[in-house]
Amino acid sequence: MTAAAVDTEREPEEIEGTSYLRAGYSLRSWLLTTDHKRIAILYLLSITFFFAIAAVAAALIRLDLITPEGDLLSNEGYNRAFSIHGIMMVWFFLIPSIPNTIGNFMIPLMIGARDLAFPRLNLLSWYIFIVAGIFALFVVVAGGVDTGWTFYTPLTTMYANGAVVATVLAVFISGFSTILTGLNFIVTIHKLRAPGMTWSRLPLFVWSHYAVSIIFVLATPVLAITLLLVAAERVFGIGVFDPSLGGDPLLFQHLFWFYSHPAVYIMVLPAMGVVSELITAGAHKKIFGYWFVAYASIAIAVIGFLVWGHHMFVSGQSVLASTAFSFLSIAVAVPSAIKVYNWTATLYKGDVALDAPLLYAMGFIGLFVAGGLTGLMLAMLAIDVHVHDTYFVVAHFHYIMVGGSVTAFFGALHYWWPKITGRLYNEVLGRISALLMIVGFNLTFFPQFMLGYEGMPRRYHVYPQEFQVLQVFSSAGAGMLAVAYLMPLTYLLWSLRSGARAPANPWGATGLEWTTSSPPPKHNFTEQPVVVRGPYDYPLAHPRSRQDA
Amino acid sequence: MPEQSRAEIQFHHIGRQREAERLGMLVFLASEIMLFGGVFLAALALRMLHPQEYVAAASHMKLWHGTANTAILLTSSLLVALAVEWTRGGRPKWAARCLWAAVALGLTFLGVKAHEYYLDYREGKLPGAANANFSTPFEQLFSNFYFSVTGLHALHVTAGIILLALAALRGEARHDRHAVFIGNVALYWHLVDVFWIFLYPTIYLAGAGE
Repeated sequence: MTAAAVDTEREPEEIEGTSYLRAGYSLRSWLLTTDHKRIAILYLLSITFFFAIAAVAAALIRLDLITPEGDLLSNEGYNRAFSIHGIMMVWFFLIPSIPNTIGNFMIPLMIGARDLAFPRLNLLSWYIFIVAGIFALFVVVAGGVDTGWTFYTPLTTMYANGAVVATVLAVFISGFSTILTGLNFIVTIHKLRAPGMTWSRLPLFVWSHYAVSIIFVLATPVLAITLLLVAAERVFGIGVFDPSLGGDPLLFQHLFWFYSHPAVYIMVLPAMGVVSELITAGAHKKIFGYWFVAYASIAIAVIGFLVWGHHMFVSGQSVLASTAFSFLSIAVAVPSAIKVYNWTATLYKGDVALDAPLLYAMGFIGLFVAGGLTGLMLAMLAIDVHVHDTYFVVAHFHYIMVGGSVTAFFGALHYWWPKITGRLYNEVLGRISALLMIVGFNLTFFPQFMLGYEGMPRRYHVYPQEFQVLQVFSSAGAGMLAVAYLMPLTYLLWSLRSGARAPANPWGATGLEWTTSSPPPKHNFTEQPVVVRGPYDYPLAHPRSRQDA
Repeated sequence: MPEQSRAEIQFHHIGRQREAERLGMLVFLASEIMLFGGVFLAALALRMLHPQEYVAAASHMKLWHGTANTAILLTSSLLVALAVEWTRGGRPKWAARCLWAAVALGLTFLGVKAHEYYLDYREGKLPGAANANFSTPFEQLFSNFYFSVTGLHALHVTAGIILLALAALRGEARHDRHAVFIGNVALYWHLVDVFWIFLYPTIYLAGAGE
């Protein structure tokens, strides 16, 4: 056994007929596959579909907000539009986005394994997701709900209109898909690493997925039991959240945010993993402070469990509890900041190639810093009381969830697209859409910080005249964002037909996934990789020049 | 290497696959603990909000049914633990007998539970039933909570019984695959048992002094 398998000296050519894409062409070979790469593709197709639904809802919201009178939608229609937008985006796009597509595809490749530990469980998790998705689609067809994505009681249990129980069940079921994915990742990372792939050699993408899997497994069941109680409350009136029987509506908020704040880290941790890969590959430089970045992921996962109370500063929580939650919420910014500093330091004096993936990654850093700093403001009691439930909060979490996670998702898609499909996309169009996304995003959401600070409450579609200019800016930005999302859809799909064939390592990047052919064979590697070097061992002994791409 | 040939493609050898299965079960149990954690948190919150009413409502519970069921589940867990030992020690017949006995005890538990539900129903403590009557709103809430939680637990017991029966059917064959399977099923059964050990004071003992 030599180190040959991890060297990039040898260019692994795709041997005709061995690619996972050619392992079968029938529908059955896709729907009953246990290949993690094919399941990742199944997930990619499904979440793109849900993203489209959620985006249409967002478009309706932004169109309606162009005029202060809310001419497009009725009050009820507006409530339903933002509820569908939130529920679909959070549970049917963002949470599965990076882990279930890129993570599912890349984790076994990155650690030198042939598949995940439990391939059948992986397929089951997709089917559970689809069952949940069918419930969610039923909700859309049945006219939606007006609960918002947070399902607050007693609104959800007693007053809300629409298919509330179906919505709650959809989210409940999707949770099991998440738990199974997390379980699979944890066991895979523990037990399937290639010889020589020690914990200190794991790519940071894998570290952040390990951290996110812990949240998947420990937070999601709390949401499950909470939603079960909400559904039981709505159908049978069991009363745990009903004050008239002696229950406590605030208990719902505690349970919900115990899941849903860590869920924010579910959305952003995989994105951080992506950015670590994109930055090192773009700068052709070893990551600055490997262990700090790795442990920062774990620290975020752990502290993230202890900050939920900052959603409840104005819910009548005791001052002592609020102070503790405020402190912890500020503390969780420390590991996030460590990551940002280390990424920036990695770029310093790097051999930087401003390709589309790196543009997305740098966009992530900028937008994440803006979202993170406003998050610090919101963690402080006095400021939060002022801007609670305003557009300031809306802008803050969109900077994290869209500016951060969605940007990273697109960066990941561009970076690994040649590996996943074996085709190169049009790099110029890639750069244009990356820039468009960053500009469009800021145009959409920066005005919302100003609106919120001026007092524009969230979830209202009729607003005072003086807010109109900023609202129109925001809607114009949303139009740009739509173009920035549709462009990759077009040229990425086009590359499948007409793109040039991708070499094994188009970016000159380290990492085991680049040592196998593009696309990889069915069992990932033709021979068992043996790892003899640390991660991000730049510059490569024989770097693939960027002219390859 | 006959052992190696039985491992699934993604594992280097069968030992690694066994470790992965065990770790997978432990991670799953962690997630189950968080599920029931929500239940216990709700119980704690209700009790702190209404200390006297909680105790008064709990005093209507059938203490002896709960106690008997605690003894039944603990005994079944002992049998399952013995089955694991005997499988490892190469005595699969005894292991299978223990597992079947545990299945019987699990069914007994469900039987006792059903009888308790029936008595509750006759006393008008079943929410939604025609004869339902509660002296206070909180008593109704407690009763709702009791049925939801014990119902959720009974679902877990049912799943556990099915797994135990599967393990018993395979316990006759003697090789390590079954030892690992039985070990994992045993872990699940012990956890279901532990949940009950916490539910017993939460629901039954809370009102025992009244």
